[in-house]
Amino acid sequence: MIKTNKLLGNGYLVLVFLFLYVPTAVVVFYSFNESQLVTIWSGFSLKWYSALAQDGEVLSAAWASLQIALATAFSAVFVGTWAGFVLNRFKSFRGLTLFQAMINAPLVIPEVIQGISLLLLFVALQEAVGWPARGMFAIWIGHTMLCVSYVAITVQSRLSSMDESLHEAAAVLGAAPLRVFFDITLPLISQALISGWLLSFTISIDDVLMTAFLSGPDSTLLPMVVFSRVRLGLNPEINALGTIFIGLVTVAIVVNNHFMLKRQRRRDREMALAYSQAALGGEPRPGL
Amino acid sequence: MSNSLLRWCKPWLPSGRTVAIAAPFIFLLVFFMLPFAAVVKISFADVQMSVPPYTPIAELKDGYLRIALNFEHYRAVLTDELYIGSYLYSLEVAALTTLICLLIGYPACYLIARSDPARRNLLMMAVLLPFWTSYLIRVYAWIGLLKNQGLINNVLIWAHIIREPLKLYHNNWGLLIGMVYNYLPYLMLPLYAHLVKMDLTLLEAATDLGAKPWQAFFTITLPMSKRGIIASSLLVFIPAVGEYVIPEILGGSNSLMVGRLMWDDFFVNTDWPAASAATCAMVLLLLLPMAWFQRIQRREMEAQ
Repeated sequence: MIKTNKLLGNGYLVLVFLFLYVPTAVVVFYSFNESQLVTIWSGFSLKWYSALAQDGEVLSAAWASLQIALATAFSAVFVGTWAGFVLNRFKSFRGLTLFQAMINAPLVIPEVIQGISLLLLFVALQEAVGWPARGMFAIWIGHTMLCVSYVAITVQSRLSSMDESLHEAAAVLGAAPLRVFFDITLPLISQALISGWLLSFTISIDDVLMTAFLSGPDSTLLPMVVFSRVRLGLNPEINALGTIFIGLVTVAIVVNNHFMLKRQRRRDREMALAYSQAALGGEPRPGL
Repeated sequence: MSNSLLRWCKPWLPSGRTVAIAAPFIFLLVFFMLPFAAVVKISFADVQMSVPPYTPIAELKDGYLRIALNFEHYRAVLTDELYIGSYLYSLEVAALTTLICLLIGYPACYLIARSDPARRNLLMMAVLLPFWTSYLIRVYAWIGLLKNQGLINNVLIWAHIIREPLKLYHNNWGLLIGMVYNYLPYLMLPLYAHLVKMDLTLLEAATDLGAKPWQAFFTITLPMSKRGIIASSLLVFIPAVGEYVIPEILGGSNSLMVGRLMWDDFFVNTDWPAASAATCAMVLLLLLPMAWFQRIQRREMEAQ
């Protein structure tokens, strides 16, 4: 192993993290700037936040985006979990290769391709059967397609790292497959589901391309409003919006990680307790 | 009664296994594969001022089936200098982005994977946190740094390193910086996963047998992380070819990546067939790297 010089190594990592964090820090910092000129500091002020709160276009777009993001998060977790479960459980069936390809390809395929092709499908469907038009429903499906693969892969890898014996035990004790899924599998992968839900929500709420292709006249979403303003350059209101966004996501991730660690520790402790009691020949007491 | 009905129906009903597999399978077929059929179809149509803005491929008129295939858009994609230039330019930008991401990301992943377990989880979370915050805001954030009166130029002028501001915004520099910044976490996550799983006893054995540190790195660490390097590079390269938002916000008017060209065909010129032909060309261009990625992912899944 290369004996990396500790100082050099740490210095390098500090530089990488500066690269990752300085840009967003700048956005947060200047969101509290009083001046209209975004890069010149002229004093602390919350006026861009109040401007944002009175900006009707942003507010109604944010409301629509929130609805789509919530719907997307649930549908992506539903379909993604199902797909991930199939990937893990059924090792050989006709079309397995195609199925795997359809899960993996969306991870890398440029979004502009997926956007155009889904739009053309919806247009052709509308020609043929009159439904669905471009708009909220189309966007919902499009965003779901962007997120399903992430959820499926997370769930699949979580399932394969799991103890098979738990399922076998439940099945041996007479539980039906569906019962095993809901009583054993689902609780064990709940963390993966929460991560998938959060990721889907964040992908949906600031997706530009898919939204632009699939939106109709009735559906102006937040990312499109932000994008059309950002194209023109810096904008103090967008700084404020970005800060709110960064704050919310950071809190969600940190809380999620905190609970994940806590649950992990509790589970380990309970397992250790159960094993030690089994070793002593005692019944594990309920409620521990 | 209902029991006997159920027994009568049973041979015709699909098994639970079939239903379990078919549901997500059909969903993906309809919303991932079928759309490509629509793209291929419309790429052979012609533009027309109507809703939707393209001519029908097949028409039934007076009892005759008329099929009109238009190859003009493919000819344009294959011969037009604007298209060829932008495809080459996109490949170049994507390759350069991947290379720079690797040069920055590999040492970082290596250092994180070799630090103690408690610390490395925290560090990886710190790498991924920006990945979770808004993509659009992260691209936008660079405007404030790259502008003529932006943070980078202000600091450099203040430190007397330069006199005139560097031109970084709305040109290829801005584009490349934005691309590397946004794709770095995509590269680091799978690469880190590979490096952290690596069997360190091999390295110890090599050192015991007298290998110099750099020898051990080039004969063991680097070859063993080959798969991780390829997988994570593809994860950056393929989507980077079709990037739209970053060149639009940070690049100049001459940073004409294919994604931008397709967007303009679609929204500005309302030439859907041209955009479809360009889409087909891009899919063909990326088919090989995508098949490669798929192979690696499959091996990964089967190894678990």
